Amino acid sequence: MDGFTLGPKRFHSRLFLGTGKFPLANMRAVIEAGACEMVTLALRRANVGGEENILEYVKGGNMTLLPNTSGARNAEEAVRIAHLARELGCGDFIKIEVIPDSKYLMPDNYETVKATEILAKEGFVVLPYMNPDLVDARRAIEAGAAAVMPLAAPIGSNKGLLTREHIKMLIDEIDAPVIVDAGIGKPSQACEAMELGAAAVLVNTAVATAGDPVLMAEAFKEAVRAGRRAYLAKAGRVLEYAGDASSPLTGFLGVQ
Amino acid sequence: MKASEMNIEALVTDGYEALDFSQYTAEDVRGALAAEDVQPEGFKALLSPAARPFLEQMAQKASRLTREHFGVNIQLYTPIYIANYCVNHCAYCGFNCTNHIKRAKLTPEEIEHEAQCIANTGLTDILLLTGESRRHSDVDYIAEGVRILDRYFSSIGIEVYPMHVEEYEKVHEAGADYLSVYQETYDRTVYDEVHLSGPKKDYSYRFNAPERGLLAGFRGVSIGALLGLSDFRKDAYCTGMHGWYLQRKYPHAEIGFSVPRLRPYANSGAYKSLVHDADLLQVMLAYRIFMPFAGVNISTRESRSFRDNVITLAPTKMSAGVNTGVGGHDGERKGEAQFEISDDRSVEEARAFLASKGLQVVFNDYVRAF
Repeated sequence: MDGFTLGPKRFHSRLFLGTGKFPLANMRAVIEAGACEMVTLALRRANVGGEENILEYVKGGNMTLLPNTSGARNAEEAVRIAHLARELGCGDFIKIEVIPDSKYLMPDNYETVKATEILAKEGFVVLPYMNPDLVDARRAIEAGAAAVMPLAAPIGSNKGLLTREHIKMLIDEIDAPVIVDAGIGKPSQACEAMELGAAAVLVNTAVATAGDPVLMAEAFKEAVRAGRRAYLAKAGRVLEYAGDASSPLTGFLGVQ
Repeated sequence: MKASEMNIEALVTDGYEALDFSQYTAEDVRGALAAEDVQPEGFKALLSPAARPFLEQMAQKASRLTREHFGVNIQLYTPIYIANYCVNHCAYCGFNCTNHIKRAKLTPEEIEHEAQCIANTGLTDILLLTGESRRHSDVDYIAEGVRILDRYFSSIGIEVYPMHVEEYEKVHEAGADYLSVYQETYDRTVYDEVHLSGPKKDYSYRFNAPERGLLAGFRGVSIGALLGLSDFRKDAYCTGMHGWYLQRKYPHAEIGFSVPRLRPYANSGAYKSLVHDADLLQVMLAYRIFMPFAGVNISTRESRSFRDNVITLAPTKMSAGVNTGVGGHDGERKGEAQFEISDDRSVEEARAFLASKGLQVVFNDYVRAF
């Protein structure tokens, strides 16, 4: 598949995988089935030097780690967690999650942009998770974000592209990769996001809660590829049926 | 009304006497089960006797919601009792001040030794407990205990007597980020009857403790009623509403529910079982369906077989390697236990058990952000 660039790195897989909801023992098989090159992990789940440490299950190979700042309630906390991620050797990629809402896990765009600015200046490759607001997305890019990660629907909801029109605006107006994150519940929805022109999609719950997560990861891989190819192929026009022309609006042109 | 001006105590408890679960029908229960976002009326229907024939459907829905929100993860933690002196006389409790049990309080060195023993089992999440005595376990002692635990554990909760905001701030700054305060019962009359003497008699001060903790900066609060003290349906409803309003007023707060029920304890005489397994299950499932994002903790006071059967349905947290005495993780107990535990599985056994259920044991799910 054609690649795209985030910060210093070129990616060929456009399926990102969240890791928070799997049995760790399954992780490797799911990552391989999805042919993923980037996986996110919540730094809060790292258990460095301890047991069942998620880091040990996702590191290695050609994998790029995208630690997230889950647990941060404001910019200051996100920055602190990002620094910890760097200290733990997770690299320079950081997904900003600032979530002051425990019910729907809605992100705080304002604090997210603040954290983006600070961390981008410190050399992080910053990927802000946000509500798909065009104005805020522009601010995030101005603040130094390498991409934006708008939510399709609330995290874990599997509801699909509820914010479709807003995500489309971001894709059309932002000169940076748009990675659709959160809420994608089915491969067909991931495919649709890719057809719209998303650079990549990130899934977690949809795969983790599937009856067969490995098979579902493979299904997502194929859907993302199909959607990307459809985008590159440029979709054919959708016919709009003309109204009844019994009283043509341009009939006057024929009257000589 | 501005959320910040909510009087949660009045909102939760003013209607206690009038709560009536007999008015709900199977139709109400079906409606609540079909709803995407269950409102308080639906929650009430799920707790009502009319929901009893729907336990299977509730379990199906609760299990699905738990997986959606928490994946297959179950967080493991353990309590550490650092003192069991208590100045309250609670009719139902083994620590109560009139019970002649062996009292003790760990020195800082002893806390450290216990912490080392527990940390060696791999656990990173710990809950510090004391009996409720400001005289024996003052705020500085508790804060010192937290500071010691902070060297060995990543996530620290406290379950101690209710404090003022400034006192909670002190303990929070020492490293504690989770607060457990159980109202025991939301029934003011029964509350007054079973709390015979001591500062715990002050219903409102206890009720508002979780809020004071959140104001002091704590990340999350765990609440619960000791089911069986009064009408368990009313108490479960009020617990749920207490959590619901806390989340509305403090949207960032992590809300957790515990579901203790009356158990035997030292010198308690006859044990009267008021809340049956099906009742307790109904309560847990109703909490999950009403607040899908809330933590649910399953205690070692429950039997192994009950825990084994409900673990995939609603809980997000369970304790392991539990010792409810003061000290004793090295085999030498200094003070007697608050209650008997029914599930004495070690951390290793708990891990094997969770794996057998297709669940993922989580040792750490916390990063200090303050």
